[in-house]
Amino acid sequence: MIAVPSGRVDTALADVVTAHSDSRPQLVVESLSLDFKARHGTVSALEDVSLTVQRGEIVGVVGESGSGKSVMAYTVMGLVDPAARIRAGRITFGGTDLLKSSEAEMAEIRGRELAMIFQSPRTALNPIRKVGLQIEDVLRRHAAIRSQDLRRHAIQALERVRIPDPERRFDAYPFELSGGMCQRVMIAMALACSPAMLIADEPTTGLDVTTQAVIMDLIRDLSRSARMSTLLITHDLGLAGEYCDRIAVMHAGHVVEFAATETLLREPAHPYTQQLLAATPTPRSSVSTLTSIPGQLPDLRGNLPVCRFRHRCERALPLCDEPPLPWTRISADHVVRCRNPL
Amino acid sequence: MSAIDPIARSAFKPPVRASSALGTLAQNARYVFAENKLTLVAVVILVLLVVLAILGPWLAPYDPLATDGTARLAPPTLKHWFGTDALGRDMMSRVVVATRLDLGMAVSAVALSFTVGLALGASGGYFGGWLERGLGRVMDTIMAFPLFVLAMGIVAALGNNVLNIVIATMIINLPFYYRFARGEVNIRRDMGYVEAARMGGNSPMRALMHHIVPNILPPMMVQASLNMGWAILNAAGLSYIGLGVRAPTPEWGIMVSEGASNIISGEWWTFMFPGAALVLAVFSFNLLGDGLRDLLDPRRRT
Amino acid sequence: MSFVWKRFLGTVPTLFGIVVITFMLSHALPGDPAAYFAGPAANAESIAQIRTSLGLDKSLPAQFFKYVGDLAHGDLGTSLTTGQPVLVDLATRLPASIELTLCALLFAVGIAMPMGLLAATRPDSALDHFCRGTITVSSAFPTFFVGLLLVFVFYFSLDWSPQPVGRLNEMLYSPPVRVTGSYVVDSVIAGDFNVFRASLAQLILPSISLGLFALAPIARITRASMLAALEADFTRTARAGGLSGRTILMTYAFRNALLPIANILGMVFSFLLGSNVLIEQVFGWQGVGAYAVSAVLASDYAAVQGFVLMMALLYTLLNLTVDVASTLIDPRVRFEG
Repeated sequence: MIAVPSGRVDTALADVVTAHSDSRPQLVVESLSLDFKARHGTVSALEDVSLTVQRGEIVGVVGESGSGKSVMAYTVMGLVDPAARIRAGRITFGGTDLLKSSEAEMAEIRGRELAMIFQSPRTALNPIRKVGLQIEDVLRRHAAIRSQDLRRHAIQALERVRIPDPERRFDAYPFELSGGMCQRVMIAMALACSPAMLIADEPTTGLDVTTQAVIMDLIRDLSRSARMSTLLITHDLGLAGEYCDRIAVMHAGHVVEFAATETLLREPAHPYTQQLLAATPTPRSSVSTLTSIPGQLPDLRGNLPVCRFRHRCERALPLCDEPPLPWTRISADHVVRCRNPL
Repeated sequence: MSAIDPIARSAFKPPVRASSALGTLAQNARYVFAENKLTLVAVVILVLLVVLAILGPWLAPYDPLATDGTARLAPPTLKHWFGTDALGRDMMSRVVVATRLDLGMAVSAVALSFTVGLALGASGGYFGGWLERGLGRVMDTIMAFPLFVLAMGIVAALGNNVLNIVIATMIINLPFYYRFARGEVNIRRDMGYVEAARMGGNSPMRALMHHIVPNILPPMMVQASLNMGWAILNAAGLSYIGLGVRAPTPEWGIMVSEGASNIISGEWWTFMFPGAALVLAVFSFNLLGDGLRDLLDPRRRT
Repeated sequence: MSFVWKRFLGTVPTLFGIVVITFMLSHALPGDPAAYFAGPAANAESIAQIRTSLGLDKSLPAQFFKYVGDLAHGDLGTSLTTGQPVLVDLATRLPASIELTLCALLFAVGIAMPMGLLAATRPDSALDHFCRGTITVSSAFPTFFVGLLLVFVFYFSLDWSPQPVGRLNEMLYSPPVRVTGSYVVDSVIAGDFNVFRASLAQLILPSISLGLFALAPIARITRASMLAALEADFTRTARAGGLSGRTILMTYAFRNALLPIANILGMVFSFLLGSNVLIEQVFGWQGVGAYAVSAVLASDYAAVQGFVLMMALLYTLLNLTVDVASTLIDPRVRFEG
C-alpha cells in the first residue's frame, strides 16, 4: 500500500482504465474544501474532497444525508449557496478550471457541456410552463437552431428519453405527468445539447422501484450511446453498485473511499463502506441480517476530529487523531482515506 | 377521570402551559427587542398614547372646547405649540384629548371583533358541518363588499353616532378573526393532545376552551395588533367624511376634515398635527404587530 | 370557456348575499323606514303615501321580493337630494370614479411591482431596506391625509399642481362631449388637447393619493413571492440549464410569482373602491363616492343603498376578472375548478 499525499488522487487514478473510459478525465475535483457561514459558526461541509470522472464512465457518489455529496455536485455546477466559501481546491472540467470561471462563462458551460438533473422532478420543472417549451428554452439558449425548428428538436429530445406520444406530451404541464415522466423530461432537457457530462443528484429518490429501474436504465443507455460521463449522487449503495463503474463513498464532508465498483463491493477498505454494505439490502439478505451504522454524523460546526468517522468506528486507533488524514493507495483503482483500513 | 387522565396528560402534553409560556415569552421578548429596536420604539410610543388617552384631559394645557375669537388660526408658537384652529381652539389640547376617542373606538371595535370572531371561528372550526358552512357564508358575504363602503352603509342604516362607528368597524373586521380562528382550530382539532383530552372524558367544549383556545391566542393577538392600525384608519375615515363624530368633539379624523379647508390659505397646522397623530398611532401599532409576529414565528417575516 | 361559466355561476350565491344585505341595510333602520324614505321635510300624509308606494306596509319577505323585482328592472329608487332615479345618478358619475380608481391602480402596480422585483433580486441590500422602510411608513398614512398633504405641498407650496377643484377647472375649460364619461379619453376623442392636458393634470394628485396605500401590500407580496420563486427548485433547474438571467427572472421566477400577487389584488380592490370615497371628498371629484357621502349625510337612503349595491357588484366583477385572468397565468387552477 502506498500512501499518496493529499491532492494527488487524479494522477493516482489517471491510469485506471475501465471497460468504458477513454482514460482521459472529464472531471477532476482536487482537494476541494468548502465552508458555509451559518448564523452560529462555520459549517465545514467539504474537506479535501477529490475524485475524477473519466470520459464515458459512470461514477457514483454515495453517502448519508449530510455527507456533502450534493454540495459537491452543486459546487461543480457553480450553483452552490452564496453563503458558501471555497477555502481550497480546484475543479477541472475538460480542461477548464471551473472555480476560476466567471458566472457568464459558467452559464455557457451549464446546459451545453455540463448538465444536471435533480431529485423531485415534479417540483424541479416550471409548474406553469409546458414541458416542451422548457426543453426549447435550453435549446434556444445553447444550440444554433432556427426558431421554427425548435419544436421539432424538442420533440426529438422527448423521443430520445422514450416518452410515448411526444408530440402531444410537448404541450403537457408538469402536474399532468407522473413523477417518472417528469424525470424523463428533465433528462431530455439536460441532454438536449448533448453535454459531455451529466450530474444526476438523487434522480430516482421518491420514485417507485419499477420506475427507478427504468429511469436508471435510461440514464445508463443514454450515457453509453453518447459516450457521456455521468456523476451519480445517491444514498443507495445498491443502486450505485448496479449502475456505476466506480464509486466514491462520502462521509461528513470527506471522500473516504474511491474504487472501481467490483472492488469496492467485494473488498471494501474503509470501515464506513463496510458498514454501509452491511446495511444495504440485497436479494439474499433478510431484514434480520441488516445492521445499522452506530452513532450519527458529527456536527460539522465547531471542532471536528481529524477523521470524521472516528467516533462511529470500531477500528479507531490513537493514530487516527494525528493530522493530516492521508490518502492511501491500495491498488491502481482503489484509494482510501483511513489510518486503519480493512 | 383519574386513571385515564394522567396517561393522557403525560403522553400528549399540549405545547403551551400558561406559566412557562409567559416565562419564555419574556425571554423571547427581550431577545426580539434587542434585535429589533423598532419594536421597542413602537411599544414606547404606544404606552405614551395610552397615557394620553387615559390622562388626556388633565394633561392638555387648554380646554379643547374653549374658543378664542382673538387667536384664530394662529400658527404654532410657544403659547400654542400646535397653533389654533378656525375657532381659536388650541390644537395641541384637542389632539391630545382626541387620543382617548380615537384609540377608544379602535380598541373597542377590535376587542369586539376579536372576541366574537374567536367565539364564532372556534365553534365553526371545531364543530364543522352546517354551522361552519353557514357562518362561512355570512363572512364571505361581508367580504363581498368593499369594506369601507359597507361601513358607510351600516352607519347610514343604524344611525349617525360613535357607537355605530364602532359597530360598523367591528362588523367589517369580523371575517378576518373568524377565518383565522377557524383555520387555527381546524388544524389543532385533530392533533394528538386534543384527541387525548377527548378520550380522557373532556367534553368538546372543555377540550376547546382549555386545550385549543390558549394555543391560538398568541397568533390571534398578532393579528389583532396588525389589525388595530387599520381599525384606526377606518374609524378616522368615517369621521373624516362626517359620520359618527360631530363637531365640536375633538377627534383626529374630524379635525383633519376641519383643517382641510385651510390648506388653500396655508394654515397647515390645522390639519397636519391631527394627521400626524393618526400616522404615529397606526405606525406604532403596525410595528408592534410586526414585532409580535417575529416573536412568534420568525419564519413568517416579509 | 366552461371554466369561466362555472366561476361566474360560483358568484351567484355571493350576489344573492349582497342583495340580502343591501336590503337589510335600509330595512334595519330604527323607527319607521317610510319616514326616512320620505325625507325630513315630509308630513304624515306624504309619509303614508310613500309607505304604500314603496310597499313598506307589506310583510318583510314581500318587500324583499319587491326589492329584487325592482332591481331586475334597474329600479334603484329615487334620490331625495337630486330627485333623479338613483340608477341614473350613479351611472352618470361612475366613469369618473372608475377613471380615478384605474389610474390609482396603475400607479400602485407600476411603482410597487418593479420595487418588489428589485428588492427581491437584491435582498438585504441598502436598497431593499430603503424600499421596505418607505413601504412600512407609507402604509401608516390615512388616504385622506395623504391627499391633503400632497395638495399642500404640490399645489400650495410648489404651485406645480392645478387647483384641486375636481375633474376639471370649469372656469377655464369646458368638459368634452360625453362618449365614455372619462374626460381624459373623451377629450382625446374630441381632439381637444388643452382639455386633455388639463383633465390629466387634475387626475395626477388624486390617483397618487389613492394608490399610495396600495403600494405596501403589492410591493410586499411581489418581493416575498419573487424571493420564493427565485429559491424554488425550478429556478435552480433553469440555472443548471445555463438559461440567461433575464429568462430566469421573467419567464421562470416572475410568472410564478404573479400567482400570489393576483391573490391579494382582491384586497387591494376592496381598499381602492372604499377609499375612493375619501379621495373624492378631498379633491372634490364628481364621482359616485362624493355622491354617496352627501347621500349619507342627507339621509338619502335610496341613494346610499344603490351606491352600496353598485360598489359590491363592481367589486364582485373585478374579483371574477382577476380569477379568470389567473387561469391564464396558472393552468393548474382550471383543473382544480
